[in-house]
Amino acid sequence: MKEEHKHEHKAKKYGMVIDLDQCTGCGACMVACMAENNVPFRKDETDKFLSITWMRVYQLTNGKSFPNTEICYLPRPCMHCEGEHGHSPCVSVCPATATDYSHETGIVSQIYTRCFGCRYCMAACPYHARYFNWWDPVWPEGMEAYLSPNVSPRMRGVVEKCSFCFHRYQIAMEKAHYEERHELKEDEYQTACTQACPAGAITFGDLNNPDHAVCQMKKSKTAFRLLERLGTHPKVYYLSSREWVRRAGDNYLRDEDGKVMDKRKLRN
Amino acid sequence: MRIDRRSFLSFVIGGAAGTALTPLPWKITDDLAIWTQNWPWTPEPPDGEAAYVNAACTLCPGGCGITVRKIDERAVKIEGMKGHPVNDGGLCILGLSGLQLLYGPTRVRTPLKKVEGKWKKVSWDDAIAEVAAKLSELRGKGPQSLACISGSDQGTVPQLLKRLLTAYGSPNFMDMPSFQDAYAITLKLTQGVDASAAFDIENSDFVLSLGSGIIEGWGSPVRMFRANSSCGEKKGALVQVEPRLSNTAAKADQWVPVTPGTEADLVLGLAHVIIKLDLYNKDFVGNHTFGFDDWTDGEEKPCKGFKQFVLENYSPDKVAKTTGVDEKTLTTLAKKFADASSPLAVCGRGEGKTPGSLHEFIAVHALNALKGSINKKGGVWAVPESDYISLPDLKTDDVAKKGLETERIDGAGSEAYPYSKSLLNRFAEVVGTGEQSPVHTLFVSGANPCYTLADTQAVKKAFKKIPFVVSFSAYMDETAQAADLILPNHVYLERLEDVPPPAGLSQCVIGLSKPVVAPQFDTRHTGDVVIQLAKKLAGSVADAFPWENYEACLQEALGDKWDALNESGFVATEVTPAGWEKAFAGTPSKKFEFFAAGYQPVTIEGEEKTFPLILVPYDSMRLSGGFIGNPPFMTKTVSDTMLKGNDIMVEINPKTAKSRFLFLNDGDYAILSTPKGRVNVRVHLFEGIMPGIVAMPKGLGHTAYDDYLAGKGVNVNELIGPVEDPGSGLDAAWGIRAKLTNVPI
Repeated sequence: MKEEHKHEHKAKKYGMVIDLDQCTGCGACMVACMAENNVPFRKDETDKFLSITWMRVYQLTNGKSFPNTEICYLPRPCMHCEGEHGHSPCVSVCPATATDYSHETGIVSQIYTRCFGCRYCMAACPYHARYFNWWDPVWPEGMEAYLSPNVSPRMRGVVEKCSFCFHRYQIAMEKAHYEERHELKEDEYQTACTQACPAGAITFGDLNNPDHAVCQMKKSKTAFRLLERLGTHPKVYYLSSREWVRRAGDNYLRDEDGKVMDKRKLRN
Repeated sequence: MRIDRRSFLSFVIGGAAGTALTPLPWKITDDLAIWTQNWPWTPEPPDGEAAYVNAACTLCPGGCGITVRKIDERAVKIEGMKGHPVNDGGLCILGLSGLQLLYGPTRVRTPLKKVEGKWKKVSWDDAIAEVAAKLSELRGKGPQSLACISGSDQGTVPQLLKRLLTAYGSPNFMDMPSFQDAYAITLKLTQGVDASAAFDIENSDFVLSLGSGIIEGWGSPVRMFRANSSCGEKKGALVQVEPRLSNTAAKADQWVPVTPGTEADLVLGLAHVIIKLDLYNKDFVGNHTFGFDDWTDGEEKPCKGFKQFVLENYSPDKVAKTTGVDEKTLTTLAKKFADASSPLAVCGRGEGKTPGSLHEFIAVHALNALKGSINKKGGVWAVPESDYISLPDLKTDDVAKKGLETERIDGAGSEAYPYSKSLLNRFAEVVGTGEQSPVHTLFVSGANPCYTLADTQAVKKAFKKIPFVVSFSAYMDETAQAADLILPNHVYLERLEDVPPPAGLSQCVIGLSKPVVAPQFDTRHTGDVVIQLAKKLAGSVADAFPWENYEACLQEALGDKWDALNESGFVATEVTPAGWEKAFAGTPSKKFEFFAAGYQPVTIEGEEKTFPLILVPYDSMRLSGGFIGNPPFMTKTVSDTMLKGNDIMVEINPKTAKSRFLFLNDGDYAILSTPKGRVNVRVHLFEGIMPGIVAMPKGLGHTAYDDYLAGKGVNVNELIGPVEDPGSGLDAAWGIRAKLTNVPI
């Protein structure tokens, strides 16, 4: 039965395209994510290394002095790296199989109850997309009422990260199966950040499906991914019309012209 | 037995190998992991039936539609409503955090009365009876000593409060200021209409923003975000004029840094170039305006027209000197503005919570007029204020009539400020200076003046002088703390309320917010409380409130719109602005009137000698600077270049940091002083700000609310005092002179 399915339906590869020309840095994606995924908060969240933000908006500057300064905002979810054949940097190092690459959806999972907090994955992730729960999650009295039953709150001592709102995929699939469908429509499964973005900067969908917008958008001339040269094959693409922004997506030697990256880009 | 080296090693190695082969270490590790994770206090959210309920967000005047996901009786997530004419699915950061306000610890759970400085729970009946008794006693002495500060004058609840004051006999209903106040006066003077300004940004191909935070909460935030995105797709341009590289400036096609306070000069400089190059709209200027060319008044006295005034005083070289924008940039900008088919200039700094100077607003409006971008596609429209609320006429008794004849305490509508409707910025001074406060009882609803008004210290002092302050706040904010009695309102998700059409929108959208969850605590709808209070006062005041409850009143007020609103949650009607032929009938000349001179620029407080720098506040979408305090989610997103620990970070240019008297590195502590106060800050060196300017975020420095917000940073309103605009009386302070000093070691 399982084999049959495989032949019938091509594996999905969910990914995201974020248009940095449209992102205004408002932070709605960050809060939409926190509200969707029961992300805890503490009294002081100003140490950003400790502040758990599955989705984090970074501010990039072009480094030029006044008045030629430019700013670009860059939202950073988990990149759901494909690596070579699903060997994402974090998946490769996890001794507990608490994180895994799904070949069916292309989503890198995180199973909190399996994680024993060694934090190897955090060291391996080049995007700082993973966060450790140093403290028990505590909600002020009464606030536990808004917690969603679809995402389990994490306990102290485990690592967490963006799941591309995997529970939404599960809910959508359940509904599809109930209606005797095997495929999801593009708008049936969208992440919370995509939905909330007031500027419409985030597009989410199956990178393998030519009917999905992301499939075309990733082919744009202005598309790039973060740290592509590491070979992590992230599934989050960015669009920017500004060259310095595209260049900021990777590390270059001072006199390097960036052409090396373009060659690498030819792969998918 | 002798233990030699060999047997010792065999034992150790054998033991290690044995242990490794048994499942014991793995089992222990596993058990340990499970044990450390099974803390009973990690919550397990109960599952239940999922449902989606439509409502409206009333946290700001933006008027977005929301869809709330519910699990049984719990609201678990707020999302933007798809298909809503204002936000169509998107939602801002504050709207998304709404459930933290609903279930948060800052809520006032029952009516509270302050007894000897401590809060004591009281019953609703006792609380309302107490207010009624106070009001009855006061009415004979002079009903005008009752005043009300409301977050807005739109919507049924503010209208009911106003009605209560009118029936009681007090003219002192004040609402929170916004840039629309200054626009209203501008439209009155130039176009002769009582209207609010709407901006057809979606259809403009060139938007010149004079410091307006288009994507920082100005107008209706989500709609502006969308307009901004679609602007890029249509190849429209946005030029942002302000001293700091704000989010809006960062997203604009061009950022023009300008010395703050000289925006009007820049605008008139642009007008100079456009007139000189003969690029203005001849049809509009020639046929529908007055005062462009020189003219003579009734007494045959020659008067200088706008053209002559601008040509004489605002040549590019002069303007370049005052504004810091070089001649070339200025000329190119003017040409671009003139070349666009529907250019639009907008003003109102940042989020638009401070009205600003009339001089600047009129200059901006005149620039739009030069290109005929008035009441036209892609331009600025004068939209008559929506009168969707129809309440029955009010009969006032003699006491009320006498009270209503007295002059308003804030002076709005008086001879000095004939066009202003409300001048809350004068409140602290008026109440604070006299020996006795002219206000005996003050109602505060939907506003937090003890935090949001400039010169907060003076406002707080004024509040102390008022014998009886009643707050209707749902949250324990600064103003609620300063009150004598709190009659807590429901939070927006618990109450039925109309959503007045957001100002600035070129479409009239009236909303109805229905309760999503049952009231969590012993709170009551302010609309109901006002009706109950009026009934207790008897006589003509009670007669003015014939309704059984707020719902009945709302149903009557909305009339034939009630059914449609009840069904879909909003009613949207297209607005067509009056054509040029008819639009200016209200002015003496029946044409659009240019004002050459007469309105003066505003100078900010402080001597340049003692305070060499300028402090400007800035707005950020991640900080709520208004009535609603930041929920924890939003505070979590605040960048560490704004707040670090409990220290506020101020932005300065690296050049400012290394001047003759200063030596500051990024993150250093410094003392910031202004004529109003002195605080400790940390500096963030940022190239995106003009040298000589210190920028401080708005929305921090709360003393009230919970531990997730209180005590973090500094309230910039404590450092800036209001500056009265000579023309309108509105607050026009855009900053204050300041000084940074190293912390003495």
